[in-house]
This record gives sequence, structure tokens and C-alpha cells, in this order.
Amino acid sequence: MHLKREKALWVYERMVLIRKFEDKVHDLFSAGKIPGFVHLYAGEEAVAVGVCAHFRTDDFLTSTHRGHGHCIAKGVEVRGMMAELFGKATGSCKGKGGSMHIADVEKGMLGANGIVGGGAPLACGAALTARVKKTDQVTACFFGDGGASQGTFHEALNLASIWKLPVIFVCENNLYAEASPVKYTLNVENVADRAAGYGVPGVIADGMSFFDVYEKAGEAVRRARAGEGPTLIEAKTYRFYGHFEGDPVNYRPKDEEQAYRKRDPITDFKQKVLAKKLLKADDLEKIEKETQAEVDAALEFAESSPFPKLEEILTDVYVNYP
Amino acid sequence: MAERELTYREAINEALRQEMRRDDTIILMGEDIAGGSGQPKELQDAWGGVLGVTKGLYTEFGADRVLDTPISESGYIGAAIGAAATGLRPVAELMFVGFMGVCLDQLFNQAAKLRYMFGGKARVPVTIRTMIGAGLRAAAQHSTVDYSVLTHFPGLKCVAPSSAYDAKGLLIAAIRDDDPVIFCEHKALYGEKSPVPEESYVVPLGTADIKREGRDVTLVAFAKMVHTALAAADELSKSGIQAEVVDPRSLSPLDEGTILESVKKTHRLVVVDEDTPRCGMATDIVSLVSQKAFDYLDAPPQMVTPPHTPVPFSPVLEDSYLPTPEQVADAVRGTLD
Ligand SMILES: Cc1ncc(C[n+]2csc(CCOP(=O)(O)OP(=O)(O)O)c2C)c(N)n1
Ligand SMILES: [Mg+2]
Repeated sequence: MHLKREKALWVYERMVLIRKFEDKVHDLFSAGKIPGFVHLYAGEEAVAVGVCAHFRTDDFLTSTHRGHGHCIAKGVEVRGMMAELFGKATGSCKGKGGSMHIADVEKGMLGANGIVGGGAPLACGAALTARVKKTDQVTACFFGDGGASQGTFHEALNLASIWKLPVIFVCENNLYAEASPVKYTLNVENVADRAAGYGVPGVIADGMSFFDVYEKAGEAVRRARAGEGPTLIEAKTYRFYGHFEGDPVNYRPKDEEQAYRKRDPITDFKQKVLAKKLLKADDLEKIEKETQAEVDAALEFAESSPFPKLEEILTDVYVNYP
Repeated sequence: MAERELTYREAINEALRQEMRRDDTIILMGEDIAGGSGQPKELQDAWGGVLGVTKGLYTEFGADRVLDTPISESGYIGAAIGAAATGLRPVAELMFVGFMGVCLDQLFNQAAKLRYMFGGKARVPVTIRTMIGAGLRAAAQHSTVDYSVLTHFPGLKCVAPSSAYDAKGLLIAAIRDDDPVIFCEHKALYGEKSPVPEESYVVPLGTADIKREGRDVTLVAFAKMVHTALAAADELSKSGIQAEVVDPRSLSPLDEGTILESVKKTHRLVVVDEDTPRCGMATDIVSLVSQKAFDYLDAPPQMVTPPHTPVPFSPVLEDSYLPTPEQVADAVRGTLD
């Protein structure tokens, strides 16, 4: 699938920004600077960016506990994200949500989710809004291989299929749900096989390849915008870090980790765009510097921001108070 | 000889191990209660639960009795209930109590009601272990206690230990009980140590414990709040105020007698609870005392609870969300004015 130069620059910038953000968060967590439960997206960049490359700001996505990559792919500012991870008043959610609930509704990012499977019905709702209002907005529902066992996923897929909702269900199959391998939790070879049970297309993409995800998501988004209904895409991918920060990662073989590290989606993209002469080495280098500066600035912003005022604890529970 | 001490985490693990050795109808189910299931042997039993509570049980009892489950709370919690109704004695882990949102039908329409609806012709000896509590910066969906909701449902029993000793004895009681019991483990207490006998023993459901004696005021507190109440009692004793700390341990059934006796002695009540203030354990205890010991009260009963909000992530907000010993001491002084 052809990519214009401008788009290719954007793709590289987003993928590298995700990676640098996550690497930084990993270091900050290890240094005890970020509290709570943090799940990193490094290794899976091609999936979020490959899907969101087809998106407009007014399209929607629902995310998972592993939500930083979805945020960045959807254009959420990293300053606010970093501040949110620190629990600061300037965070995307005023410090009230943290990593597991990071969101930016104005950017169409309807939230990371602490409940596995929690996002799928919400995605149907967003798609229903678009359909009732007769816009051509689409919604991506990201979920994991573990999330594919949750009832909500099956209910949502059924709803979306009978109402032909403009949803793209994107399973990020990174082979593990916490410490459980996918071959233990699923009795089918592919999550995509389940699409047949709902009469919707089920497509497998190489989640370590931007171009493959981009191409398959392109058709799914086209279908959705045209009112032809949902698609289930399964992106085969891998998370480079543990399930959460602090995970000893003692349930997967080291040679498997190394093999996937060698298939780094960012390196893959770089090699392909250079080979196709779509981008030049200078372009890439410039992006690498700029994204590093952006992450550093985000950290400075987060560290120098104030904590929320204590009375904030009582706000935002309701819209209207008696 | 010095008494052996165990952590709260180790006490729970030991209770499960001893009961499973005693009774082979006991099985465990839950997400990553082993970890690495289906992997080569050296990668199995990798986690023993997200916080290591069930570590080693898979290795001892094997995959037939220690079942890692997919992320399907409605499915496997329901399966535990069905197995309980048909001859097993399952102990299922619901990782965080907030996930009861996913499987609430199985808990309150099935487990809680089967026996009654069937005219007593079923018993459901299932135990659901679940993690409760704030303080770990785990944000709104992973930090609640929610046990007031579970206590509300007739047919369910609900316990929340505050010490390693109570954890072991209550878990054994819960497993042996023929009704569904929700066993709430406060995740900020896993490292708490106390003397724990090696042999198995039972802390009967529905028996409160007086964690500290005093004559001036009764503090009723649950789970981690027992420690907050004890810290407040320490502080108050410096100014000559002797607080009695009552730990009901079991929310349903509730040991009303111990609470009422204490209030009849002290004439004052402050309830310290980590659940939100509406329709919670705190209102429940205040209502009990108001109805049954009103004439003994010298001051209006007080509650110290978080505000009526979800649990915030930001450390400064979360710290101000949870009741503190200072707030408890202030509430006590208020009853003495
Ligand atoms: C309802 C619910 N059950 C369990 C959990 C605990 N949990 C958090 S992430 C996770 C594994 C998710 O695996 P997967 O869907 O494959 O996503 P991945 O972490 O691999 O991205 C589990 C079990 C949860 N947050 N919510
Ligand atoms: Mg996974």
C-alpha cells in the first residue's frame, strides 16, 4: 500500500515517539519516580500506528491497560501523558486516572481501561453515535489476546455485526496475557478465526510490520466508513518489556524474546522506507532527535508541574451537584 | 520458644496448602494463580498470583487442582459456583474486587440465591478470594474495597481479615463453610506479620475480635482500617483516652454482640471504614448501635470514611482519600467534648 512522504514522516515520528516515551517511563519507574501499575507498549508500535494512520482526529478508539501507544498514535500530547503518570494537576486527566486510565476525549481517545474487555462495548457505543448522527466516523477497539476471552468482546462483536457498526476490532496478540501463554487460553489457532462465528471478516496482520497492519487496517476502515460493518483484525505482535513494570518475566523463553527483538517494528519500517527511498537517513535522524527532545521536555513539564489541590478529590464525580 | 511469625500472604498460602492436603475436593481457580500454564516445566508456576499469594501450590497439587483461567471472570467464577453445587469445594480467586463488576450475576443471582430458590436443596461451598483496598496508587478500578455491596446480598458471607493470624483461621473457616464466602484480602497488608500457629485452626465466621481494650470509646474498624484505628488509639492514649478497637473480621455474618457490649461499656462509637460512606459498613454499624444501644450512647456515633468519590490516582489525592489516624483521633475527641 502506497505511503506518501508526509505520511511516512508522521508514521516514523509516532512510532519512535512511542518507543522513546515507553523507554523513558521504564527508567522512571525503575528509579521509583512513577507510582502504580504501568504497562508498556514497546514492541507493538506498528499496530497502533498502522491503524491510526487511517484515522482523523474525530475518529474514536478504545484502549486497554496498555494504552500509552494508542494515545500517542491518536495524537494525544505526551506532556499531558507524562504529567498524568506522575499524578500531576497538568496531566491529561488532572492526575486522577494515571497510566491505566489515561484518556483524551477531545482527541477521540476514549480511555485506557483497567478492566480487561471493558472497552469493547464502549467502542460499539461510539460507533452507534456516529451512525445515528450520520457522520462517517469510525472507532477502533484495541484489545489483547487475553481480552479475547472476555464475554464483553463476544457480545460487542455480535452487536457490531448485526447493526453493521463502523468498528474495527484490533486484537493485539502478543502471545501472553500476563503470565499465561495464548496457546493455553485459546483453543483456536487465531483470534481472527472467531470472526467467522459472527459473520464478519477476520484478518491476520503481521503486527511487527507497519506496512502489513496499515494495508489490512486500510480495508477495514474503508468498509467501516462505507457502512459495510465491522472487521476483526488480529495483529501478531510481542511486548518487549514485562506485563507490567516490576514483572520478573519468568514465564517466556529468552530465545523467543531475542527473536522478537530482532524483528523490531521500528527497524523494519526504517529499512523499508530507506530501501524504497521514501525517506532519507537525514529525515529519520531528525525525527529521532526531535522525539527525544519532546520526551525530555515532557518529563521536565511533568516534574515541574504542581500536584492537584486537595479539593480536586471531590470534583468530577458528577456533572451536576445538588 | 518464640512463636512462629508469618506474613499475611504466607498465612493465606499455608491455609490453602493445609486444606488442600486434607480435602481433595478443594480446587483452586484464577488468573495466573500459577502462571506459565502450558509452558515447559521450568516456566510453570511462574507467578503464583499477581502478588505471589498462591506461589508453589501448582507445583505441589498439579494442573488438575490448580487451574489457571483465561480472563473470563463471569465464566470461571460461575464454574466455581457450579462445581461447588455439585460436589467440589472450589476456592476461586477474583484478582481485584472491582472485577466483580464483570461477574456480579454469578455472585449475586447464582451463588447467593441458589439454595434459597431451590428450597434448601442445594449447597454452594465456594470461597471467592479477592484483593481489596487503596494505597498502592492503583487508581479507580483496582483500589476499592466494595465489601459493603457483597455484604448487602443475603446468601453471601463476607470476611475481611486484618492480621496474618485471622487470615489463616478465617480462610480455613471459609473453605469449610457450606455457603458461599467472599474472602477479602487487603493488598496493603500482605507484608504484615503476626504469630501464626503451624497447625490448622479455625476463626469461626461471625466472631469479632477486640484488638485493643479500652473504656472511653469504641472504635469499630475493618481490614487495613484496624491498623489505622490502632494507631489512633496509641495516639489518644498519650492524652489519657483509652480507645477500644473492635475488629468484626466477618462482615456477614456480623457479631453484633461484641460490638454492642463494647459500646455499652464505653458509651461512644466511632466507625472507621475504607468503603465509601453511603450504604456502607459504617452506616450499618451506626444503625445497629443506634437501634440496639441508643440509651447507652453519650454522644452521636461518628464515621470516618473516604469521601463519596472513586479512588483517585494521584498520590496526594489518594493519601487524602484514605482515613488517617489523625482523623480518627479527631472524631474520637469530638465525641468526648
Ligand atoms: C476484568 C479484568 N480481569 C483481570 C485483569 C487483570 N489483568 C490486567 S491485564 C491482564 C492481561 C491482559 O492480557 P491481554 O489482553 O493479552 O493484553 P496484554 O497485557 O498482553 O496487552 C490481566 C489478566 C483486569 N485488569 N481486568
Ligand atoms: Mg496479550
